[in-house]
Amino acid sequence: MTPAEIRDEIIDILEDISPDDEMDNLDDDQAFRDQLELDSMDFLDIVMELRKRHRVQIPEEDYGNLASMTSTVTYLEPKMKDIVKA
Amino acid sequence: MIAPNLASDLPDNQRIVITGVGLTAPNGNDWASYREALLEGRSGVRPYEIRYFGETLAGVCDFDNKRYQTKKDLRRGTRAGSVGCYAANEAVKHSGLDWDNFDKSRVGIYVGVTEHGNVETENEIFVIKGFDYDTSCWSHHHNPRTVANNPAGEIALNMNITGPHYTIGAACAAGNAGLIQGAQMLRLNECDLAIAGGTSESIHTFGIFASFNSQNALATNEDPSKASRPFDMDRNGIVVAEGGCLYTLERLSDAKARDAKIYGELVGYAMNTDATDFVLPNPERQAQCVEMALKRAGLNADQIDIVSTHATGTSSGDSQECKALRSVFGECSSTRINNTKSYIGHAMGAAGALELAGNLASFDDHVVHPTINVDSLDPECALPGLVLNESQQAKRVDYILNNSFGMLGINSVVIIGRMN
Repeated sequence: MTPAEIRDEIIDILEDISPDDEMDNLDDDQAFRDQLELDSMDFLDIVMELRKRHRVQIPEEDYGNLASMTSTVTYLEPKMKDIVKA
Repeated sequence: MIAPNLASDLPDNQRIVITGVGLTAPNGNDWASYREALLEGRSGVRPYEIRYFGETLAGVCDFDNKRYQTKKDLRRGTRAGSVGCYAANEAVKHSGLDWDNFDKSRVGIYVGVTEHGNVETENEIFVIKGFDYDTSCWSHHHNPRTVANNPAGEIALNMNITGPHYTIGAACAAGNAGLIQGAQMLRLNECDLAIAGGTSESIHTFGIFASFNSQNALATNEDPSKASRPFDMDRNGIVVAEGGCLYTLERLSDAKARDAKIYGELVGYAMNTDATDFVLPNPERQAQCVEMALKRAGLNADQIDIVSTHATGTSSGDSQECKALRSVFGECSSTRINNTKSYIGHAMGAAGALELAGNLASFDDHVVHPTINVDSLDPECALPGLVLNESQQAKRVDYILNNSFGMLGINSVVIIGRMN
């Protein structure tokens, strides 16, 4: 997956996790928490969805990388570069 | 034991009254439309399909689940929680309470449930099956969704209630048990408002259908509206239903102080146990439970105007309850007997509360809705006073006795009196 495709995938997951929030104006450099109604259980949903959809494992010590869209995509790029977008 | 005094002899701060009703049933999403459906003979049973089990019949609710919850609330929570949030908000709205200024730490939530957690557990097993049973794909939401207090806790979260909340696991006696618990907590001054009754999400677990089917106790009929037929010779089992009914209960002194409209008073109640079988009822114990409720209410059997039966449409259960009722009400010429499951199926933990609500409006119009679908009355169920297929106009309705029984031999009876 390219960084753009990874971003699309994260948006798709966020729309599912936080269905009342609007994603169109998401600032990639700002923390998700400051823009969306997300709590710790929701962040675990991001981890879970990546595991279910792509078998990507994210160890707990790396959760901090999921703070914003930019940091998430940067973190996931090497893990998902060989995954072909369905 | 509660005090043996008649309810009317108790001080107002020990008398418990119903001041609001909130509900969703398979044939109505508020008290008025539900009552209208019962008087028009409208069934809420329809074709239904569920994973693994396949096509069957069920009582399905179509309330607006986004009226009081966000999409995220619905995703995060359970169906039982959602039913509960809807019913609780509707009840509070109906009560006319000044909710914004009500002390939420003095509100107690007491929700009867038959079972809870099966739906979510089945869902998760279905999900991990797709991952070769890799348990790392098991949702972190499973525990908060399946803890036994979930349906009550979701109401607390939704309405910002900080008083006590819990569910009462009481099989299919749970709706009455929730009401009884609420009344007790008000009498003990543990809360100033009780949101009490029962909820059911049971149609979303295939296990309940499969288990009743294996027990030869799941109803079938070419016409879904005819499938739930207590007392009829051709009854062949239970129609599983979902739903919820929660009441706002208050002490009479508080209700009077705010000039609340009062829909009835809990004048008597009783719970006991068969201690004879996992499934089969014991009519002797059921009759004892009814007698105990009458005694506590200070009433004779012939003072009861409506008996709302528990009968579910099983061969044995209906005739056993009728045997119990015959021993108590056999000589009562003016007591009318009906059944609400014939319209909506068996709403499990919500059944007792919903069936009471179906009859409660009789205090106003004195009309007794019938048991529908009785084409050929089973002689073993031929009680005097049965109201069959057509509503009856009573001269006056002052007392309603509501039966609700469940597996493992749990029996509950509440008696509601008109407030003059």
